[in-house]
Amino acid sequence: MTTEKTMDKRSSAFEYAPAPESRSVVDIAPSYGLFIDGEFTEAADGKVFKTVSPSTEEVLSEVAEAGEADVDRAVKAARKAFEKWSALPGSERAKYLFRIARIIQERSRELAVLETLDNGKPIKETRDADLPLVAAHFFYYAGWADKLDHAGYGANPCPLGVAGQVIPWNFPLLMLAWKIAPALATGNTVVLKPAETTPLSALFFADICRQAGLPKGVVNILTGDGRAGAALIAHPDVNKVAFTGSTAVGKQIARTVAGTRKKVTLELGGKGANIVFDDAPIDQAVEGIVNGIFFNQGQVCCAGSRLLVQESIHDELLDSLKRRLTTLRLGDPLDKNTDIGAINSAEQLARITALADRGEAEGAERWSPACELPENGYWFAPTLFTKVTQAHTVARDEIFGPVLSVLTFRTPDEAVAKANNTPYGLSAGIWTEKGSRILAVANKLRAGVIWSNTFNKFDPTSPFGGYKESGFGREGGRHGLEAYLDV
Amino acid sequence: MSDARLSVLKTYKLYVGGKFPRSESGRVYEVTDSKNNWLANAPLSSRKDARDAVVAARKAFGGWSGATAYNRGQILYRIAEMLEGRRDQYVAEVAGAEGLSKSKAGLQVDAAIDRWVWYAGWTDKIAQVVGGGNPVAGPFFNLSSPEPTGVVAVLAPQESSFLGLVSVVAPVIATGNTAVVVASERSPLPALSLGEVLATSDLPGGVVNILSGRTAEIAAPLAAHQDVNAIDLAGADEALAKELEIAAADNLKRVLRPQPVDDWSATPGTERMTAFLETKTVWHPTGSLGASGSAY
Amino acid sequence: MPTTAPNALSDVTASDSTLRRFLHGLPGVDAVGLEARAASLGTRSIKTTAKAYAIDLAISMVDLTTLEGADTPGKVRALGAKAVRPDPTDRTTPSTAAVCVYPDMVATAKEAVAGSDVKVASVATAFPAGRAPIAVKLADVREAVAAGADEIDMVIDRGAFLAGHYMKVYDEITAVKEACGTNARLKVIFETGELSTYDNIRRASWLGMLAGADFIKTSTGKVAVNATPANTLLMLEAVRDFRAQTGVQVGVKPAGGIRTSKDAIKFLVLVNETVGEDWLDNHWFRFGASSLLNDLLMQRQKLATGRYSGPDYVTVD
Repeated sequence: MTTEKTMDKRSSAFEYAPAPESRSVVDIAPSYGLFIDGEFTEAADGKVFKTVSPSTEEVLSEVAEAGEADVDRAVKAARKAFEKWSALPGSERAKYLFRIARIIQERSRELAVLETLDNGKPIKETRDADLPLVAAHFFYYAGWADKLDHAGYGANPCPLGVAGQVIPWNFPLLMLAWKIAPALATGNTVVLKPAETTPLSALFFADICRQAGLPKGVVNILTGDGRAGAALIAHPDVNKVAFTGSTAVGKQIARTVAGTRKKVTLELGGKGANIVFDDAPIDQAVEGIVNGIFFNQGQVCCAGSRLLVQESIHDELLDSLKRRLTTLRLGDPLDKNTDIGAINSAEQLARITALADRGEAEGAERWSPACELPENGYWFAPTLFTKVTQAHTVARDEIFGPVLSVLTFRTPDEAVAKANNTPYGLSAGIWTEKGSRILAVANKLRAGVIWSNTFNKFDPTSPFGGYKESGFGREGGRHGLEAYLDV
Repeated sequence: MSDARLSVLKTYKLYVGGKFPRSESGRVYEVTDSKNNWLANAPLSSRKDARDAVVAARKAFGGWSGATAYNRGQILYRIAEMLEGRRDQYVAEVAGAEGLSKSKAGLQVDAAIDRWVWYAGWTDKIAQVVGGGNPVAGPFFNLSSPEPTGVVAVLAPQESSFLGLVSVVAPVIATGNTAVVVASERSPLPALSLGEVLATSDLPGGVVNILSGRTAEIAAPLAAHQDVNAIDLAGADEALAKELEIAAADNLKRVLRPQPVDDWSATPGTERMTAFLETKTVWHPTGSLGASGSAY
Repeated sequence: MPTTAPNALSDVTASDSTLRRFLHGLPGVDAVGLEARAASLGTRSIKTTAKAYAIDLAISMVDLTTLEGADTPGKVRALGAKAVRPDPTDRTTPSTAAVCVYPDMVATAKEAVAGSDVKVASVATAFPAGRAPIAVKLADVREAVAAGADEIDMVIDRGAFLAGHYMKVYDEITAVKEACGTNARLKVIFETGELSTYDNIRRASWLGMLAGADFIKTSTGKVAVNATPANTLLMLEAVRDFRAQTGVQVGVKPAGGIRTSKDAIKFLVLVNETVGEDWLDNHWFRFGASSLLNDLLMQRQKLATGRYSGPDYVTVD
């Protein structure tokens, strides 16, 4: 019999059961070597380090720790491979990249699970964002390899040589794709160092290069810490340096390469403003705010970490936002229903914690939804700070975590002035239904990527990169070729 | 003929914020021709002059970068017109500065005037050449456009006192940047005179600021200045360039390293413009005309 | 959300121009963002106990519908029996919420569900086009109510809405509401496929709720685009915001085009995440559907037995 009377009413009516993605699709070896000249080898001094799953602190594998001798060996291998690789017809290089793209698609489930294990981000994101974008990036640049004459950099533009690339832990495989795909398409060879806390997907990528039959030495992967990265960047036979990471390290790299002929691109930090005007499509703006700061636990250089909301709708918007945050599901990153995964490392968690505490100490109002954090692993609840002013540390420093600072403004001029009032200039968001206001505000914002009525959208055809201390050079699109060509 | 008339000498001054100040330090230095004959005293700029020039350049940036590309083109062309009218003056100054014959100096000045015309034509084309729509895989309109980097410190080439100078300044301002220019240390007079033309060409004050003096002394505070966005090291030697590039890293200035230039009269490419441009990419949803049924 | 007393909203309907200003002052809807949110909720993975619960809940929310020119008393009786006992082989299967028929079939339907909790809903107001004089529409409603209809599914005058005559639409709904009397609940169908834009759907939702709708309903099932996750999400946002402002809770009924259990569960996820458990009940959420029920029953059998079921193991209607 029916229904409204007899239906089993639970305390919470619709509790989704756990829906974990199977771990069995990925086979992680107990140890990995460095990938140099097409072979996995131990570090010269035999050093290794462990990589753990941030959601459980379980040790996933042990990987070799590259030292200076290994950097030198890898650069030599890349140099040796450069001669033939750069002389290959573009159409042949293209086919290697197409192969790689296809194999990534074939193995995307495996790679998504691997990335989630090593990084801590939700499987929903690795499955629906990271991996599709990784494959798309290789497809995109594959197509450029034999069309460089038409890219607007003159006839027959030349590759630079050996590219030393250092990438961060927030999008390990995607940042690898952003670095390697354009480098190979333009005829360079690569030595890439993945982040210390997320080495595994790059090592699996080495296996994909092997499956694709990529010539030895064209791609070399060195796992290790910042010292290996610094040695790679300083190596005299590296012609091109590409780095994604913190602004502090970016500045150090800029000093290291000063006075050399190394070409440099830097993709660094940000403190993106997400500006919501009173005529915004409110429900979509709330989604955009959530996506802007809680995507990848806010560990995104272009995160919309400052919400600038027009004072006249502040209370209404904050109510909607808080209500929405109560529906976020934090927990096992392999659960397909998880929205918020683990913070990548204990160090990062400590930094987020310290900055959030500072926000509180400086008088900003802190709020988080009721949210139970797992016992093991590195976790931080989604957090809002209201009553924040430009003078608060949480409004100025990049937190790189799920922490949103809410500020208000009264007029478009004031919104623009506050948005630009930062040494960074990577991203910004604009929410309004008035087309002319979007164009006027977008025009005045000093940032490399502006999302209007959307946020955190990426595409291989769309150039990405910052103004000011967010770095220089662009990745993606036709613009992304320039970083790897002698032009 | 009667006795030669005693000529009126020119006091060379800086060009900052549309005005012609002396160096705040009150210092000058002797400028000589290639045979070491005295030509004039030039202001010996201090770090404070550099600071004032940055303030002027920053103040001018909003208006100049916000001007229409067409308007900037008109003004650059006007500079060429003004120069043409004072061609003889520049020929004499370049001949003196670089030890060239009148006819060779004339070729340099002609090339410099033509360079302004070349860049005048670029102002409203560069965005079409380096920007454009990006065919993203989703319901979004996505457009990349170049924007000026901001305040650019320009160390003018040491040898080519006028054509070299124009070749590095014009591309910087054509796209909407404002510039603080350090003139050739040895041969600053054509650069200082250029200020007089810029001041009468409808170029807003502060868009170009010209300093003379010791390149290394003026460049150091500019390279370290947190409100300078980029630096062109054309006039720096290897050692100075490295030192300045290190200083420039403090706020991640865009750095254009010195490159050997055999012949400043060769047609320039677009590199000197693109070196001081940022790419801004704007996304906007397109969606469909109506509520679709396709969201399953 | 600032709480506005209901009487503050009564000013809104004081005149054609105040009503227009109010409806046009509602926040805009960005189509891409709305559809992306609906799609992302569609990726929620519902398994095991949650799935069993969702399927039973969905069955209990079905307005089992037949709206054909060829409807006969026999057809309607069969439908009624199915609504009361959807799976004759398994008595733990919940009944559906209602059967939904044309007004002339109400009495037959009433008889068919007698003794159960299954309601009889009747479309009225010259369904599906709604192109009839108001007197005819009201007579249509009164006949259905007199014949025992528990619920009236009216269609709005889309022509008037699209022409900007919001007050005309409002007056018509209030008149129908009055004709429903105190016993019959009123569902207001917007025919979202004809309103075309999401901004229109948001305005229509508020218009319907201001006029006293007990339910707002997407569609008749008779046009090309009927219920979608996006338009249902939008209407859920509207009932959520309306309750926040007025304290009045209004139900939502997506209708047409929902054929599989998978689809139905996606809609329940939308409800759960947008308005929460207050709406996870057939008093506040319904599916207007016919073929959906059999798919839900087959899925239910699969969960019970572990085997995939087939069409021969559920009844044809």
